[in-house]
Amino acid sequence: MARQRKHPLVFWVSALPPSLWLFGFFLAPLAIVWVLSFGEKRGLIDVEITWTLANYVRALDPLYLGVVAKSLWISGVTTVLCLMIGLPVALGIVFAPGRWKPILLFLVILPFWTNLLIRTYALIAVLRTRGYVNFTLEWGADTLGLPFEPLALLYNNAAVVIGLVYVHLPFMVLPLYAALDRMDKLLIEAALDLGASQLRAFVTIVVPLAVPGIISGVILVFIPALGSYLIPDLLGGTDSQMIANVIERQFKRANDWPFGAALSFLLMYLTFGALAIRSVLAKGDGGLEAK
Amino acid sequence: MKVRDNARRIQPGPLEYTRQAWMRMILLATFVFLYTPIATLVAFSFNDSRRNIVWRGFTTKYYEKALANDGLIEAFVNSLSIAFVSTFISIILGAMTAFMLWRFRFPLKPLYEGAVTLPIVIPEICMGVAMLVFFARIGWPTGLPWPLNLGQIAIAHVSFSFPFVAVVVRARLASFNPEIAEAARDLGAGEWAVMRDAVIPHMRPGLLAGGLLAFTLSLDDFVITFFTSGPESVTFPVKVYSMVRFSVTPEVNAASTVLVVITVTVTALALWIQNKQSSEARG
Amino acid sequence: MTGDLGSENRTPADKAIIRINSLSKNFGTIQAVDGVSLEIQAGEFFALLGPSGCGKTTLLRMLAGLETPSAGSIIIDGEDMSRVPANRRPVNTVFQSYAVFPHLSVLDNVGYGLKVTGIRAVEVRDRAEAALDLVKLEGYGARMPDQLSGGQRQRVALARALVKRPKVLLLDEPLSALDAKLREAMRHELVNLQETVGITFIIVTHDQEEALSMADRIAVMDRGCVRQVAPPAQLYEFPANRFVADFIGSVNLFEGIVSAVDGAEMTVQAALLAAPLRISQDKGFAPGTRVWVAIRPEKINMTKLGVGPALRLGDDNQVEGIVEEITYLGDFSTYHVRIARPTGLVKVAAANFDRATLRPFTWEDRVVLRWNSNSGVVLDS
Repeated sequence: MARQRKHPLVFWVSALPPSLWLFGFFLAPLAIVWVLSFGEKRGLIDVEITWTLANYVRALDPLYLGVVAKSLWISGVTTVLCLMIGLPVALGIVFAPGRWKPILLFLVILPFWTNLLIRTYALIAVLRTRGYVNFTLEWGADTLGLPFEPLALLYNNAAVVIGLVYVHLPFMVLPLYAALDRMDKLLIEAALDLGASQLRAFVTIVVPLAVPGIISGVILVFIPALGSYLIPDLLGGTDSQMIANVIERQFKRANDWPFGAALSFLLMYLTFGALAIRSVLAKGDGGLEAK
Repeated sequence: MKVRDNARRIQPGPLEYTRQAWMRMILLATFVFLYTPIATLVAFSFNDSRRNIVWRGFTTKYYEKALANDGLIEAFVNSLSIAFVSTFISIILGAMTAFMLWRFRFPLKPLYEGAVTLPIVIPEICMGVAMLVFFARIGWPTGLPWPLNLGQIAIAHVSFSFPFVAVVVRARLASFNPEIAEAARDLGAGEWAVMRDAVIPHMRPGLLAGGLLAFTLSLDDFVITFFTSGPESVTFPVKVYSMVRFSVTPEVNAASTVLVVITVTVTALALWIQNKQSSEARG
Repeated sequence: MTGDLGSENRTPADKAIIRINSLSKNFGTIQAVDGVSLEIQAGEFFALLGPSGCGKTTLLRMLAGLETPSAGSIIIDGEDMSRVPANRRPVNTVFQSYAVFPHLSVLDNVGYGLKVTGIRAVEVRDRAEAALDLVKLEGYGARMPDQLSGGQRQRVALARALVKRPKVLLLDEPLSALDAKLREAMRHELVNLQETVGITFIIVTHDQEEALSMADRIAVMDRGCVRQVAPPAQLYEFPANRFVADFIGSVNLFEGIVSAVDGAEMTVQAALLAAPLRISQDKGFAPGTRVWVAIRPEKINMTKLGVGPALRLGDDNQVEGIVEEITYLGDFSTYHVRIARPTGLVKVAAANFDRATLRPFTWEDRVVLRWNSNSGVVLDS
């Protein structure tokens, strides 16, 4: 690695274009939004930057605070569910016979490659009153001779959670797999040899070693879930609004750009806060990083 | 690897979680959960029924309908155009970023690296908002003829794509043997010749994989595009979104299936290239 | 075609093609090369030998132009090349990893150095093919590097460097990546190649066998300094200091004080030996100087007590001991004989002239060790 002074021409030629783009088409826009969050609406389109904190204060209004709280809650539940499903799945892949491992991993990540919108849309067909889940349940109930009431699985918080879990599950499985795969299987054998039961061995040996993977997975699920727009929009009901939906409304319908700007930045602060927590936790683990 | 003798083949050993029934059930259930929605969506794109619930027969008429839908085709063309432009620019910018970060030390480098990673980390809606506000604020011309009216979207796509390309290319550069560049210099090559003959050939697989990644990111994007597009510059996902909101017909399934096939193929290609390059013999 | 390469480079014998003057290189606080001065003759096979970290590779890289010296100068064929960049020096390098361009064919690899300096394509091709012939890779031109073995890739690297007709060829640990059999074959090939081509070769190695068997002269380095420059035999038989004596082969070092000097002979009283050491060496040390007497294991004669002549009082160059360790190496064995506690182990090497069962020595045997007055070397550093 050389200092940039050694070959100044090469350095500047390779540094200038991306830096200019980054600054002009990313950082500058963000800066403008930040400034905008301190503005007030004057009429239909005009905004005056008065450096007021009114927008941020308004964000703390119970109405909006409720949305934030709900977003945090939904993201949290999603993360927990992903963890509960993801851990056994990751374990299953780790302990699968060698040639199955890459296949299973591929199968887990393949859905991720399909468009988010399409995946969400596909879920609608599955979850709605006359959708596949209810069909199967109805068929099951009929076979067993039980009365059947279709489940309301769409246009409510449950649907949003199901959708978020559906979309983010691969992001939990992969880091867990990476962390668990590095684990020395002999450690479990040693525990069993010393007399621990399967469950005990699992809880005392496997779980602690999986912690870096768990941390990675939690962050990789929680943060995107927090900022998600499409899933609450398409799958949620009128009271399943999350932060991103409120922001969208400010720009597309309510036309209150300063307020939307303030909300955007609040979401960003939440995101960075979560990332900061992650770095702190990761360092506390002796730097055991699992990607 | 563990050796198992035949006597233990009947009962799975204590660590062979995967051979136990309950584990297999969990895995199976998970995969069913993950794939059923997509599978049914694809299957029902061939369903001969408007209502999309009960199977009534195989037909490709909804694909024909989709092909005949001018709005859909226009949106598709828009998406492809944007994707190509965005990919091209992203590759160049991403390669420059990766090269510069790999090769040089400079003051405040960690800060710069953080800034370059920001577009990857930031919530999509925040970026969409930023783009919308920016273009409105600086008075970006509207009402331009095609393809210039796609400019806003393409710029936004480049902004969030090129850091991904940079990450991929940087990973590839990490495996560069510095003696190759020294050999080129030793044999008489000047600074630019060393770049052309030693560094760039090594970067190539990374550029390819990064480019494919940028392509799919652009093609699939919804949120950011939603904020930067207008009625005259609709992309494929945005069009599908409006179709989903207002009329749910198998036509949507057909259009979706097409998009899925494209994205999966392109991503598989990128993965295959990356696999090939990691098992290549070192010079 | 084999004699074609290098004919322009036959400078008159004994003309120094490289003069290194007080060359130094430091990386921050680490002094990699410390005031090295050397002269390398045209047409020599020269070796830089030393343990890892001694600065030999850094020195080589400075000769190649890949590192800039912190101080001192490098004169190549009369011209000061200290600040000339690598791509403009008449010096080429064969790198430790060979650094063959993976995306170019063998022929394109070999011709690369000619192509970038603007030579016509036809000439590039002819010279590249001649170079491939020289390293015995004729017909391999169309192959890609990933189809070649390590040894073949090395030859490509050699051809690629030689085709440019450099004044000096530098080789960084050329044999370290090869397996034992290939190593020996390559040793011969490199020496033959150098003789055919007539160019000055400078190799860097940590393997003394390599250096001793291939080089005309060797510079032994330690921690950035050159400790001795000499032909192999002189290095082995007459090391200039303890470091060289110990680094090349094995050696027994007896620490003592010069007790008397008589013309060309010196008597040294060693702490561990009852009898004094008498060495015929005219080094000009004054009595009272602290010295070390270095005697190689194969120069010591060992006889079993009671079998050979016994210790004679008043005689020098002798000591009694007990065999503590025997290492059987097939063609010869090494014996570690204890002459004093807690330190005092003498290493003796003796050819296995007799079969194992007939050999006279075994563990715990009392033996007498003797050596001649011209078997050892007296060192004061």
